[in-house]
Amino acid sequence: MNIVVCLAASWLALVAVSRGAAAPEPRIAYELATAPAPLGRIDELVFARLAALGLAPAPRCSDAVFARRAFIDVIGTLPTPGETRDFLQDTNPAKRAALIDRLLARDEFADLWANKWSDLLRVKAEFPVNLWPNAAQAYHRWIHTAVRDNLPYDQFARTLLTANGSNFRVGPVNFYRAVPSHEPAALARAVALTFMGVRVEHWPEGRLAGFATFFGPLSYKTTGEWKEEIVFFDPTKFPAEGKMTGALPDGTSITLMSARDPREVFADWLIDPKNPWFTRAIANRVWSWLLGRGIIHEPDDLRPDNPPSNPELLAHLERELVAARYDVKQLMRLILNSHTYQASSLARTDRPEAETNFAHYGLRRLDAEVLIDALNQITGTSEKYSSAIPEPFTFIPDEERAIALPDGSITSAFLEMFGRPGRDTGMETERNNRITATQRLHLLNSSQVQRKLEQGPKLQALLRSRNPREVVDGLYLAILSRPPTEDERATVRDHAVQVRDGRVAAVNLAWALINSAEFLHRH
Amino acid sequence: MKLHHSVDPKLWNFHSELRLLGLRDTPMTRREAIRLGLLGSAGVVLGNAFAAPASASPPAAPAPKAKSVIQIWLWGGPCHIDTFDPKPDAGYDYYGALKTAIPTNVAGIQLGELLPLLAQQADKYSLIRSMSHGVNAHETAAYTVQTGRASGGRDVFPGLGAIVSLFKGYDAGYRGLLPPYIVLTELQGRFSESGFLGARYKPFATGGDPGANRFMVEGVVAPGVSDERQRVRREFLHRLNTFERAQRSGDPRLAALAQCESDAYEMILGDAGKVFDLAQEKDAVRERYGRNTFGQSCLMARRLVERGVPYITINYKGWDTHKQHFPIMRRKLPELDRGLAALLAELAERGLLESTIVWSCGEFGRTPKVQWEAPWNGGRGHWGKAFSALVAGGGFRGGHVLGKTDAKGEEVVEQPVHPSELIGKIYRQLGIDAGAKLPHPEGRDVRVMPGASEAPVKAGDVLAAIA
Repeated sequence: MNIVVCLAASWLALVAVSRGAAAPEPRIAYELATAPAPLGRIDELVFARLAALGLAPAPRCSDAVFARRAFIDVIGTLPTPGETRDFLQDTNPAKRAALIDRLLARDEFADLWANKWSDLLRVKAEFPVNLWPNAAQAYHRWIHTAVRDNLPYDQFARTLLTANGSNFRVGPVNFYRAVPSHEPAALARAVALTFMGVRVEHWPEGRLAGFATFFGPLSYKTTGEWKEEIVFFDPTKFPAEGKMTGALPDGTSITLMSARDPREVFADWLIDPKNPWFTRAIANRVWSWLLGRGIIHEPDDLRPDNPPSNPELLAHLERELVAARYDVKQLMRLILNSHTYQASSLARTDRPEAETNFAHYGLRRLDAEVLIDALNQITGTSEKYSSAIPEPFTFIPDEERAIALPDGSITSAFLEMFGRPGRDTGMETERNNRITATQRLHLLNSSQVQRKLEQGPKLQALLRSRNPREVVDGLYLAILSRPPTEDERATVRDHAVQVRDGRVAAVNLAWALINSAEFLHRH
Repeated sequence: MKLHHSVDPKLWNFHSELRLLGLRDTPMTRREAIRLGLLGSAGVVLGNAFAAPASASPPAAPAPKAKSVIQIWLWGGPCHIDTFDPKPDAGYDYYGALKTAIPTNVAGIQLGELLPLLAQQADKYSLIRSMSHGVNAHETAAYTVQTGRASGGRDVFPGLGAIVSLFKGYDAGYRGLLPPYIVLTELQGRFSESGFLGARYKPFATGGDPGANRFMVEGVVAPGVSDERQRVRREFLHRLNTFERAQRSGDPRLAALAQCESDAYEMILGDAGKVFDLAQEKDAVRERYGRNTFGQSCLMARRLVERGVPYITINYKGWDTHKQHFPIMRRKLPELDRGLAALLAELAERGLLESTIVWSCGEFGRTPKVQWEAPWNGGRGHWGKAFSALVAGGGFRGGHVLGKTDAKGEEVVEQPVHPSELIGKIYRQLGIDAGAKLPHPEGRDVRVMPGASEAPVKAGDVLAAIA
């Protein structure tokens, strides 16, 4: 009883000054008081569009919000309390740009973006396509290396389109193997979706058949090694006269000769900077990945009757990407340094055009992988992932993070529940970040989350501190990546008094913070 | 409680769309959206292609005989000749350690020797001994048995449970407090239950173990957290609302989160979650089902049916017996026998069997000829050419055997049944129109059942004898 009283007494001192009559304006935790001003061409174009609509951009987000947002968006990882503190204390006026550069160079950058590409490129060992574990690993390894080394995007696409060789040894040949059907039209459909952002359903009749011609002379053969398959250009599939007529996606008719792999002919047409789809599709995708919504929405539905919300902005991004020789990281850097990316998530208006024109940063529920990794990072726990496919068994280290999982067949109940894509279609919408009551139930009350909170070593170490202020500030920094407001400290103190047990209050606080809208969203 | 009742991420989008169409001049609240029937209707979630599934197809759906389905999924593929299609005359190399076939309470029907309790219930179910699809890999066979479709097409189709959840769940006016599609206790893993319908139609996986002292349903029952603490910390959560106060009120994403939270608390603190408390059943009842995970799962399934849950899967694993086949059969078959027999008997006693379909099978059968050689040493491999299914209730006749395999259980020789035919019949009993459109992510025209060109469905009704 004495201990309880003693704990409660120290918790009473949690708030430095007694609470004033009015709670402070909550916005100050999230955004700067300075008026919005364009930081570059992107912002000029966005602001101009907003002005035309009679809308005002939101001010920039606070440093704490920026750090959390940039970590999550660029490397799929929460900042540690130390990283947040260092950033907040840094007095360098260019510290946001410096942080962006550091994040773009981190190892997790390759993990996160290889994971993104693996969704679109359908990296999955089993079902609906039997890629097989070895091939899925090879495919992922190639993608991961390409992202890590920042392979120019035009070369990335060309290699995926034109590769020949073994599914186990030449990762990119699995691009075609991962399409559910080997019919040339099915391959053509996947190519258009992936690299042109085009759904061929909208094409005029006959267009697909002409385009499919490019993928006809592709063959597959097995070898002596179990489940190895060679994908190769097979000139014997040409008609006897050694030539045939294909049609490019723009309708141009073209004569293909058996001396040259038609996939190369197509790839060279595709990655030409003058190509009307290629640069546009990737520039728009990158924007949508960072801002949560494409300038063209959905980002894989480019067509004349689905125009960009801001055509000048998209054209600008395209020019920048071409000028940077398809350096995607450079394009990201440009976007991340804009006011538009750094805008507060606090909307100024209910008008929906505000969000579709990027007046503020739109809320997004954390991706499944990022969420479970964040919970593990906060609590100091890990998940056990395994492959259900015994051909051969895939070893996954205990510390493996979900964003680094190579193979869509390696999954968990948590990842499934939170909408990790099945990697069946290569469409962006396959990822489902809609909140459901089942997810809510799991976060609020499951044994999995409860165990992490009650037993996670990192959290326990924090809770052992005798100084309640250290505990509360530590939890806020670890979970919400910001210090608590005085008002919040007072709420926590009141709660500690109510439950009369500092430890219970601290665990309840950790529980409440991981269940807060602020934690569950990118904001 | 609407566990799968989620809110479309495009809600803000769609009220913007309504506004662009000049239909609204103020943002819609979630409450309004619900009142207008917009939220949670698949038409909104998945596009206009699914605006009105029932009216889209002229032939009216058949009048339903069944309200609920219990699927007892024998993951791994149980051996047909050791269970529902015994071959006592096939020789030792086939029946191995399980030679005897036993009579049932229906003259002329015999079962494997380890199913004596089910033998006493044979009047309640029919056996299909001629299931066949020819697929020998777990993931593709599981897909075919539960979707009725061949694997490898352009789409990953939803399974039976997800389709029932679509047509009998929230979108169809289901008002139950429990999720419309529940799996005891884990997802199937190598089979995506919901296919292209997506996460909304995935089953709620209970986790936990119904056979344990207390069935800890994941998320519903939290060990060591009293109801009082639940209430106190929920209140605390609500008071830590700096973020919500800073955001504009009425943000649909935050509204959805709040709605999901109140739904979740109905399970945690309200009455909905009490269904999982098996201690409410008398000991004698619990004993009757067998005090093990499978037996208590069957009891749990009965309790869920009583509360109107449309589709329940018992994901009963461990039938992939390449090795140690006969010792495993001696351990598992008595469990299956007791649990399933008690379930059928109790459903009948309570008048629920008429409106509840119980179907049980795995993804395939097993090699009729025992593999005595190393490394199997008396195991059985995969056998997609012939296997058996048990089906009861909800309009299916009892006491009947359909189809036949040859003397060694290797080939179907009479009335072959493809999984799509069984699934089609189950839809029929539920009143789900086989021609109704499914909401497809690309808006393509796909139907509940494959067209004649897509599945080997024979003309006429091969299952007419049993339903």
